[in-house]
Amino acid sequence: MFGIFDVYLLEAVINGILLGGVFALLALGLNLVFGVIDVVWICYAELIMLGMYGMYFLYVAYHVPFVLAALISIAGVGALGGLLHVLVIQPLLGTAPINQLLATGGVLFFLQSAATVMFGIDFRNLGIRLPVLELSGMYISYARLLAFAAALIGMVALYLFLARSYTGAAIRAVAQDRQIMPLMGVDTRRIYITTSLIAGGLAGLAACLLVLQYDVQPFVGLTFAPITFLICVLGGLGDMIGGFVAAFLFAEIISVAGLYLDLEWGYVFAFGFFVVLMFFRPQGLLARRR
Amino acid sequence: MLQLTSVDAGYSGFQALFDVSLEVRAGEAVAVIGPNGAGKTTLMRVISGLIRPTRGTILLEGADLLRTPAHRILELGIAHVPENRRLFARMTVEDNLRMGAFIPSARVKFRERLASVYELFPRLRERRRQAAGTLSGGEQQMCAIGRAMMSEPKLLLLDEPSAGLAPVIVQQVFGLVERLRASGLTVLIVEQNVRQVLHVVDRAYLLEAGTVRSSGTADELLRSDTINQAYLGI
Amino acid sequence: MTGRVYWMGAAAVLIGLPFVYHDPYPLHIMVLILIWSFVYTSWSVMGRFGLVSLGHGGFMGIGAYVTALLWNYQHTTPWLGIPLAMLAAVAVALLIGYPCFRFRITGHYFALLTLALSAIVLQIITATRDITGGSLGYTPERYNGGSSIYAVQFLDKETWYLVALAIWGAGLLIRYAVDRGMLRYALEAIVEDEDAAAAAGVHVTVEKLKVTVLSAAMTAFAGAIYGQYQMFISPDTVSGISVSLQMVFAAVVGGIYVPLGPTVGAAITILLTETLRISFGTAAIGWDNLVYGVLLVLFIIFLPQGLLGSVLAGITAARAKTA
Repeated sequence: MFGIFDVYLLEAVINGILLGGVFALLALGLNLVFGVIDVVWICYAELIMLGMYGMYFLYVAYHVPFVLAALISIAGVGALGGLLHVLVIQPLLGTAPINQLLATGGVLFFLQSAATVMFGIDFRNLGIRLPVLELSGMYISYARLLAFAAALIGMVALYLFLARSYTGAAIRAVAQDRQIMPLMGVDTRRIYITTSLIAGGLAGLAACLLVLQYDVQPFVGLTFAPITFLICVLGGLGDMIGGFVAAFLFAEIISVAGLYLDLEWGYVFAFGFFVVLMFFRPQGLLARRR
Repeated sequence: MLQLTSVDAGYSGFQALFDVSLEVRAGEAVAVIGPNGAGKTTLMRVISGLIRPTRGTILLEGADLLRTPAHRILELGIAHVPENRRLFARMTVEDNLRMGAFIPSARVKFRERLASVYELFPRLRERRRQAAGTLSGGEQQMCAIGRAMMSEPKLLLLDEPSAGLAPVIVQQVFGLVERLRASGLTVLIVEQNVRQVLHVVDRAYLLEAGTVRSSGTADELLRSDTINQAYLGI
Repeated sequence: MTGRVYWMGAAAVLIGLPFVYHDPYPLHIMVLILIWSFVYTSWSVMGRFGLVSLGHGGFMGIGAYVTALLWNYQHTTPWLGIPLAMLAAVAVALLIGYPCFRFRITGHYFALLTLALSAIVLQIITATRDITGGSLGYTPERYNGGSSIYAVQFLDKETWYLVALAIWGAGLLIRYAVDRGMLRYALEAIVEDEDAAAAAGVHVTVEKLKVTVLSAAMTAFAGAIYGQYQMFISPDTVSGISVSLQMVFAAVVGGIYVPLGPTVGAAITILLTETLRISFGTAAIGWDNLVYGVLLVLFIIFLPQGLLGSVLAGITAARAKTA
């Protein structure tokens, strides 16, 4: 009897890890933008939503093979990220930080409604049914496994880019000392745009992964936006490692709690845990004083 | 090489420099001395482009610097080592040096520049994988100067390099300035440490409350009464 | 002197309206505008001091659901239920507010935390669907045919109009009081320089909590009243991120720093929705939010003081010139 118990728990733990990988990817994009540009994209989840629609239309309507569709979506959402920065954020840099926040809130409304107007409120699905693997009594969804792997690859690629390339070094440098960047010969405006393109690209990648597991509809962003924000705050806004850890922590709580309670209660539990944690470390789990 | 003529500059609300003119010839080492708040750092920032002057001209080898955006000035050959070092504390020493070589002309020569900077500062090579923020004050200053040297500048701007350092280290820093100068580098150095800096430069300007009060060769100033009374406590 | 006359005249018109004009549809629109103006004004009580909360949807939801649930399950009259709902909102406000203010969490962090708060409330409402009806919504039971002071239910629009007018007026009075009281000076000092304010003896955390609690209570009250008026509540109309952002939008467009600003914002947003709905019918779904979104971005970039704020600033500037 104890043996069965163990298997379910182990399955939940593993699913938690898989979920954590995708959460970590989501948090990464937000943290990147905040750490470098000092702006929060409230509409980040909506960029992902558009990416999901892109995947849907490319794959279902135009029969583009999945991988190619994914690459196009990543590039597309990446471009949207850059556009968002140039049109909305750039004019507001230097004004009260709250303005940028609110402006991205406006974009949130805009994107949700634009999707509603263009695509309607119907739920769409890619229609891809991926098998469920069975490993010694545990059922692991192949879609989740794939998402985890892709997220991991994306994060490693980003890490290598930041650590090894000049632009990557400049991005890390801007996050630490914005003012002396011209002395290094770095055009901060360019760095901001590059960062926005990358963050958009990460959102596009997330879209490709999420579209395998969720139906596409204009408000799908509302499903994972709150949890993404909470993860970023918990890990310390702008702190990519903190966000990474917090992502897995949250995912585990949701997954394991979901084992004993209804799935939604798993989320409520995680949120409750978050509130409690706020009393102890309001700046975030691993937050370093900026 | 560098010519400032009648420069006015300041920050929103107040003016820090009034009608400042100075000149640095190729191969020279020039100091700008003066009390706190005299505008020395503002002067540096105006030259490296972080601040735009409201009046006056700045010429580098005859070319108008004011037409150049701040991030292009390094390409023209002016490297600025800011006040308080301003290293990227969470990045490694080597990454900091890499940032110094960001501009395309320096990137191609990264390996050799890195080698020569390490030769200049062997201690940096030892600590190259350490986070810059964990270095001692003197090592940080070396790292900051090394970072500026990575782009092989024609003119090096040093803003109070001796600030916050122990006397022994300060001597090393000034010794370094002498070596750099001897190798042909043009240096403009801002300092509060009047006695020591006057021993390593050719000429100096005295900046007080945003205006140039006097200027001359280092010897002249060392012998001048005003300097001796006000700054050397004699 | 003439200023006073204008105000009294306007008040007379507003109060007298339902006695002269009985067309239910325009009255319904007026009631909506008045209630939502109160909601947005409640938000702006905090928002004008830079405490931008993106989670007020949560307070509104708490107000609406607690009142309706207590009525349906416990037959608690809203006269008692509403204060209890407000208390619940206040408790939540303190729970989130205290650690935030104590540890100097402001700006982005605060906004995100409050955003998550409204999302949590939405989640809880959905998760307890057996009690609350979840995303399908919830209906308070009609009492006495729908017309009862005990149950705070009225059938006729005229009565609701007057109730809403009184509430709206009270909201403005509270906003004026906050603008003129010591709380304002304390909070403005805090906004300018928190450390200096603390050094001057301002109890930063307490002052911030005061205004947060006030704002939360008012918003919860509005949620409850809204529920009583519409006789139907659902998670996305009274809580969640969209409602929270709507509040911010309306206040910003109308003008955060001006007491009547949120009212202007409410009028604009509601009239916009209705106009679109009438002109285009169901084809208009989504267009209202689309327009809001674009307007919000444009306003923040070009007109951060909002419509009313900019107009008033323009008038003051013009007066200064001619003086």
